[in-house]
Amino acid sequence: MADTAVVSDAPDSARTPPLVVRFAGDSGDGIQLAGSEFAKSTADAKSDFMTFPDYPAEIRAPAGTLFGVSAYQIQFASDEVLTPGDKADVLVAFNPAALTTNLQHLKPGGLLIADETHFDARGLKKAKLEANPLEDGTLDAFQVITADVVKRTIEALAPLELGRKQATRAKNFWVLGLVYWLFGRPLSTTEDWLNSKFRKTPEVADANIMAMKAGHAYGETVELSAIRDFAEPRIAKHKAASRIISGTQAMAYGIAAISALGKRDVVYCSYPITPASVLLHALARFDAGIRTFQAEDEIAAVSAALGASYAGSIGITASSGPGLSLKTEAIGLGVAVELPLIVIDVQRGGPSTGMPTKPEQSDLTMAIYGRHGEAPLPVLAPATPDECFWIMIEAARTAIQTMSPVIVLSDAYLANAASDWELPDIDAIPDIDWPEHKANGEDFEPFSRDPETLARPWVAPGTPGHAHRIGGIEKSSGSGHISYDPDNHQEMTRLRAEKIRRLADRWSEVKLEDGPDDGDLLVIGWGSTYGAIAQAVKELNADGKRISHLHLRHLNPLPRGVKELLERFPRAVTAELNTGQLCSILRSEFLKPVECISQVTGQPFHVSDLKEEFVKRSEASQS
Amino acid sequence: MNVMQLKPSDFETDQEVRWCPGCGDYAILKVVKSVLADIGRSPDEIVFVAGIGCAARFPYYLSTYGFHTIHGRAAAVATGVKLANPNLDVWVVGGDGDFLSIGGNHTLHALRRNIDLNLLLFNNAIYGLTKGQYSPTSPVGTRSPSTPNGSVEQPVNAARFALGAGAKFVARGADTLQTHLPEVLKRAHGYKGASFVEILQNCIVYHDGAFGAINDRSKSQNVTVRLEHGKPMVFGKDNDKGLVFNEQTGAFEVAEIASLNSDAEVAVHEETNIDHAFALAQLEQPGFPVPLGVIYAEETPHFTEARGFTGTKGDWDRETLKAIL
Ligand code: SF4
Repeated sequence: MADTAVVSDAPDSARTPPLVVRFAGDSGDGIQLAGSEFAKSTADAKSDFMTFPDYPAEIRAPAGTLFGVSAYQIQFASDEVLTPGDKADVLVAFNPAALTTNLQHLKPGGLLIADETHFDARGLKKAKLEANPLEDGTLDAFQVITADVVKRTIEALAPLELGRKQATRAKNFWVLGLVYWLFGRPLSTTEDWLNSKFRKTPEVADANIMAMKAGHAYGETVELSAIRDFAEPRIAKHKAASRIISGTQAMAYGIAAISALGKRDVVYCSYPITPASVLLHALARFDAGIRTFQAEDEIAAVSAALGASYAGSIGITASSGPGLSLKTEAIGLGVAVELPLIVIDVQRGGPSTGMPTKPEQSDLTMAIYGRHGEAPLPVLAPATPDECFWIMIEAARTAIQTMSPVIVLSDAYLANAASDWELPDIDAIPDIDWPEHKANGEDFEPFSRDPETLARPWVAPGTPGHAHRIGGIEKSSGSGHISYDPDNHQEMTRLRAEKIRRLADRWSEVKLEDGPDDGDLLVIGWGSTYGAIAQAVKELNADGKRISHLHLRHLNPLPRGVKELLERFPRAVTAELNTGQLCSILRSEFLKPVECISQVTGQPFHVSDLKEEFVKRSEASQS
Repeated sequence: MNVMQLKPSDFETDQEVRWCPGCGDYAILKVVKSVLADIGRSPDEIVFVAGIGCAARFPYYLSTYGFHTIHGRAAAVATGVKLANPNLDVWVVGGDGDFLSIGGNHTLHALRRNIDLNLLLFNNAIYGLTKGQYSPTSPVGTRSPSTPNGSVEQPVNAARFALGAGAKFVARGADTLQTHLPEVLKRAHGYKGASFVEILQNCIVYHDGAFGAINDRSKSQNVTVRLEHGKPMVFGKDNDKGLVFNEQTGAFEVAEIASLNSDAEVAVHEETNIDHAFALAQLEQPGFPVPLGVIYAEETPHFTEARGFTGTKGDWDRETLKAIL
């Protein structure tokens, strides 16, 4: 097949709209690597951006199969970018399987870059294709660049005299070079990274750099000039000192902040589970300040974290849905003995193993209600990678101030999505205070309470004069002695609930993110859907709609002001990656007919889908 | 560590002890109090962590710090206590259900990791608190409410399980042996790492006499062999029997000392010999004396030491955080 560049009308160069690029190929093709290098170069180009790695659960699925396709999407722009974008302007497909599974993500008229190497009988069969999509008209609605990437990579690396197999490994850098050319990006960011990453094996760095340069030169050589408009820089004006950060990294820094601001080592205990393990990896790299512990199972992880809290540290554990199920008994113990504990749930598609690498928000009701007995606890949810940092500090303060386990709900999208992060002003963050207790232990009562917060004193073993016993059996209010007294249990149950409820008194009232106070539709979101909802509402209001956005970071207790908003708006709808969990909570809490936009595809919301739904519902509420 | 002048009564609490009258747990509690007094460490620096079961009520009856947790998880909770503050003296108490059934996994891993804990397994070969079901250590044929025709499962041998898990300190005692048990517990406490002690405990209500004559003080000499490092393993009323190691089979055999060519044929106990330890742990009634004392002890770095965790205080401050970011 000839190298071709089929070009439609040149885009309007006066505007520099956001651009979306998507890389797709085998898990073993280095897709995530190429994508994250592209993100770094985007940061260097001073564009704002958001990324979304969309990868399969299988580590190295057989090459060329449909289920082995891994993808990485990035949106960048000069304006603030809130999502990784709905559909791609440029799709890079490394094989037929990647093309078939990802073509749905390419905009009509968008540019497809395909490596034609594997579009032979064998490759097509693996992708379960009857005909070659490069030839059968499937791609008529798109611009297409094809190249025999493997052959060209091998040719380019010929001077290095590598084996065919080794040379082929550099093909992702060949493609990256071509994509860099397309966007007028310098190669220096990736070149520097390769040189430092492969310091000990410079021949690997050289091979990848040579391949990248060859791909770049290829762009120069073939006639692609009509698409050069992509090269228009998209420089964001707001940018201060920043770095690229994913939700997971932000959480790791947030946990580091707990150690630094509390001046006490944090104990982090977890058991490997996708997609939460990356947090353990990030924390294990710190060799002090955070004591990481890889437990034998989920139950041991939460139990050890609780033991650490008992001994005076902040104990933290993280998992995903199946792990949270296993941890529930120990979390209930934490509620009963009233010890601080942070439990992070990186939600994924469920039930059971479900879709381990795909995001979902379906653990909300489990987080709030999922324990035996009356066991209320605070539930928090960050909305953006940036908030993943702040929510950890808040979770630590909340756990200490309520002497309670706190659940933080993240998800597979938030954990992996990366964006630019402006470094926080560390000096401006208040210390994390550890409660004081009287030196004289004579009149010490482990289940006495602070009159305002209702928190009990936190006295760790080793404290002179305060030795006491705690346990899961109901305790007598005050003394903490075993008690089966009916009235005492009634009172202790009330106190444990009231302690959590009072958090809402101390939290500030909710504020609308966007939109008028008296709009036609109130959209309520929580967690990682923030970007998509915010973008949809922003675009609709710019077109004259009157839609307002409320985003909850506090899910239990519900903060003040939600009820008033529900009363003020003619119509309210939640947008959730579940079948309506927040919706039913709001309905039962406030007796309002809240509706729900639900999606459980394992993919984040598309802005366009939300816009359509919002318009439909706001028009209905007007009529 | 400051050694204090303490009496067993200094470890008493005002809580009413709620075990059945005649339960072996009383005898163990008495021994533990006297051992703690002898060790002389402040009750404020000692933590007892327990799971669920009769034995697991232990922390309520000691004036140290105590945490009565959930079924099976005591070793995991105690591990967390050690991670946060390795300076504390942490004891874990549980029964055969706690340690070998619902919490078997945590026992295995606490031992293999060599967390510096004193793990006391009160083995009564029955579920007491839930009213008498057979347990993972009940012998085949145990009749119980859940096995009216007798159990068919092979019981687990606690000491062999511990050795198999990689425990570096394994010992055994019995509730009624009030001069022997304290010595075993002191050795366990002195060991830096996970020290596993199986205490044969009589449940007078649901499994009375489960260990036959072993914890009958007057007859114990005949059915147990008291292990002492460097000493020949002799037993019987007049120390008339001994254990001989058969190199061919790798197992111990019982011999009448009078019938041996020389006293030297009786095997000498070596605590650091892992092959002997497995062979000893395997000896059971009837046919063999049950070994009591330290079966195996080998010094090796324990977990928090190997990881470099000390104290509770953190060294990080805002500057550290800025440097990280
Ligand atoms: S049931 Fe058995 S083990 Fe439990 S307290 Fe009574 S005698 Fe002791």
